Amino acid sequence: MTIPVRRFDAVIVGGGGAGLRAALQLSESGLKTAVLSKVFPTRSHTVAAQGGISASLGNVQEDRWEWHMFDTVKGSDWLGDQDAIEFMCRKAPEAVIELEHFGMPFDRLENGKIYQRPFGGHTQNEGEAPVQRACAAADRTGHAMLHTLYQRNVRANTQFFIEWMALDLIRDEDGDVVGVTALEMETGEVYNFHAKGVLFATGGAGRIYAASTNAFINTGDGLGMSVRAGIPLEDMEFWQFHPTGVAGAGVLITEGVRGEGGILLNANGERFMERYAPNLKDLAPRDFVARSMEQEVLEGRGCGPNKDHVLLKLDHLGPDIIKQRLPGIREIAIKFAGVDPIKEPIPVIPTCHYMMGGIPTNYRGEVVIPKGDNPEARVNGFYAAGECACASVHGANRLGTNSLLDLVVFGKSAGDSMVEFIKSEMPTWKPLPANAGQISLDRIARLDNQTGGEEVADVRAAMQRTVQARAAVFRNSENLALGVKEIQEVAERVKRTQIKDKSKVFNTARVEALELENLIEVAVATLISAEARKESRGAHAHADYQERDDEVWMKHTLYYGEDRRLTYKPVHTKPLSVEYIAPKVRTF
Amino acid sequence: MKTARFSIYRYDPDKDAKPYMQDYEVELSPTDVKLLDVIVKLKAMDDTLSFRRSCREGICGSDAMNINGKNGLACVTNVADLKQPIELRPLPGLPVIRDLIVDMTQFFKQYHSIKPYVINDTPPPERERLQSPEDREELDGLYECILCACCSTSCPSFWWNPDKFVGPAGLLAAYRFIADTRDEATNERLDNLEDPYRLFRCHTIMNCVDVCPKGLNPTKAIGKIKDLMVKRAV
Repeated sequence: MTIPVRRFDAVIVGGGGAGLRAALQLSESGLKTAVLSKVFPTRSHTVAAQGGISASLGNVQEDRWEWHMFDTVKGSDWLGDQDAIEFMCRKAPEAVIELEHFGMPFDRLENGKIYQRPFGGHTQNEGEAPVQRACAAADRTGHAMLHTLYQRNVRANTQFFIEWMALDLIRDEDGDVVGVTALEMETGEVYNFHAKGVLFATGGAGRIYAASTNAFINTGDGLGMSVRAGIPLEDMEFWQFHPTGVAGAGVLITEGVRGEGGILLNANGERFMERYAPNLKDLAPRDFVARSMEQEVLEGRGCGPNKDHVLLKLDHLGPDIIKQRLPGIREIAIKFAGVDPIKEPIPVIPTCHYMMGGIPTNYRGEVVIPKGDNPEARVNGFYAAGECACASVHGANRLGTNSLLDLVVFGKSAGDSMVEFIKSEMPTWKPLPANAGQISLDRIARLDNQTGGEEVADVRAAMQRTVQARAAVFRNSENLALGVKEIQEVAERVKRTQIKDKSKVFNTARVEALELENLIEVAVATLISAEARKESRGAHAHADYQERDDEVWMKHTLYYGEDRRLTYKPVHTKPLSVEYIAPKVRTF
Repeated sequence: MKTARFSIYRYDPDKDAKPYMQDYEVELSPTDVKLLDVIVKLKAMDDTLSFRRSCREGICGSDAMNINGKNGLACVTNVADLKQPIELRPLPGLPVIRDLIVDMTQFFKQYHSIKPYVINDTPPPERERLQSPEDREELDGLYECILCACCSTSCPSFWWNPDKFVGPAGLLAAYRFIADTRDEATNERLDNLEDPYRLFRCHTIMNCVDVCPKGLNPTKAIGKIKDLMVKRAV
């Protein structure tokens, strides 16, 4: 069967913050570009980001990009690559100013400048005092940013393929990326997109967990496609638990609440973060706060009839601040927790929120994998940016507001790298391999013909229960070993999923089954990578190895799907222009 | 255990000659709070049931549908508040692709037609363009739109003239840019709407205000555009 071919200079997969920012670079370069998105771009999960985007603008207090860099390195628990971190923090002010010029509706200070609020782990002069670095549009910063970027792409006449789901990466015999296959959801047709360069901006995969702040669409599609195409995944053991998900519902409550002065209380009404982080208190980084909350619950000081959550109190901020700075939070608390935070505290628990790992890239957005002696050889024609990529700026724990920054800085950087590559190295298209797209057709045919298999919803739930139980905030050897075994059993079940819906038209059952094949790759990578790391670092808190071990473990994990093996590569300790920030004990 | 009864619009052009309503009954567990929770459960029982959904917290705008005769987002609608059987239909006035999934091309075409981006040809300063908190406040109630289309597809004027009337969502966006002190194209934007249909088909029926899941008020924004038209004419 022949697969119809669409040919572009560049193909971007994903229409969230990173994909849309990259698309602007490509549209403006005059290259023929397609942006594929399985949802209308403004429905991408960037839209749900709340608190802010960091940049050392210094609009409220003195700030410097070097301090932002220090906080990010320390936040990453020294797993972040310092060249990439320097690149991001230096570029932050111009990236935010650019968004403002694009029309993003930031809140304002009296002097007309962009409003900035305090956030977890943001400090002056290497931890001396909190600093207001998070540039905010109320508590809807992601929404404001995503809509602005989409609007800018309307202006740039970017060509979108909306509700097209990318299925598989196409690599030729040299290992170069020459395109991607995609399913047009409305018709059920599969196409080969033939391209000189492909950028993945496919977002996160938080749906491997049973409780997550992530949208239904966060199914790690870019990671699944990469693994199937022989590309390793980096640092997949590191998942951020956001301290304040609404207990039960999982919906996010921004750290900006604590930035504005909200505090966490245990069952005794105690502001317990004062004990764990005497200096930064409730504004310590997320891994630290999440562990402190879990500890309170474990020691019997949880709230509610089941003593299973803590309370986020903000009524003392007064109705005016809440209505002006945190209107979205109030709306969420009323709708999903049944409380009005002007009067009552919000019940919260740490909830899976963000994937620090991903497709290995450098700060130019080029995908890099080991080849011979080179731990980071470029995969020609392949780029990644945003949550699906691991640059690595977040290391073992991301600082709040660095995610939106990551999207625009590395979306632009990857876009620039692609333009340069296509214009200077790719006068014409490399041919598509003869079997291009066959793997996607086979996957769909397998699903359509499967009999006696299992329901997608059941297998997905089994995967989510396993990951939730075995790769939680606190981990231990026994649990992780069980998790590795269990998740591989679930992976076998994924091979036999079946669907009743055989329609060609907008078959969401098929889409969910294909998404599960991506999720399971992420889940297996997570457990195998986590089981192997015998130390505690950032979000990987190991009961049997409670200390960070820089001697042995200051290195990035690389997971290969074909034989489920791990290798490692060094952390970049050489920044671009400043001195190396040497490891220290991480207290707040 | 409580149950919920549904009557849901079904249509798959691949196999159905015409649309029909299908009944479902499902047991509710304590975690089935929102309508979306329950229809996700229905889909686990019958995977052919088709609808869009993503963020499940009312910010992405995917799961707009007609719920017991009124447009809304399934993810922020409490199932306990709904009269049973709960009747679910696709958003009215747009072509149906399948089940609860509508073709939103016309809706987005109208949104694009108002040039939904800041137009400012003055070279930007090195730093941010300044805007006072009061000027920024003018954008509140406008920029928060999630493009779910609940408003436009509840508007009779949009039903009759979806190709000519911009509709409440598009007009709210038009005023969002007019109201932005950084935008220099107010006159051009008013010209673009100066037409018997594009703006003036709004007859202040106010269905849009009634259904907006974000509590926005397109009618008020439309009124402000009309005021500016009048002011400009005298």
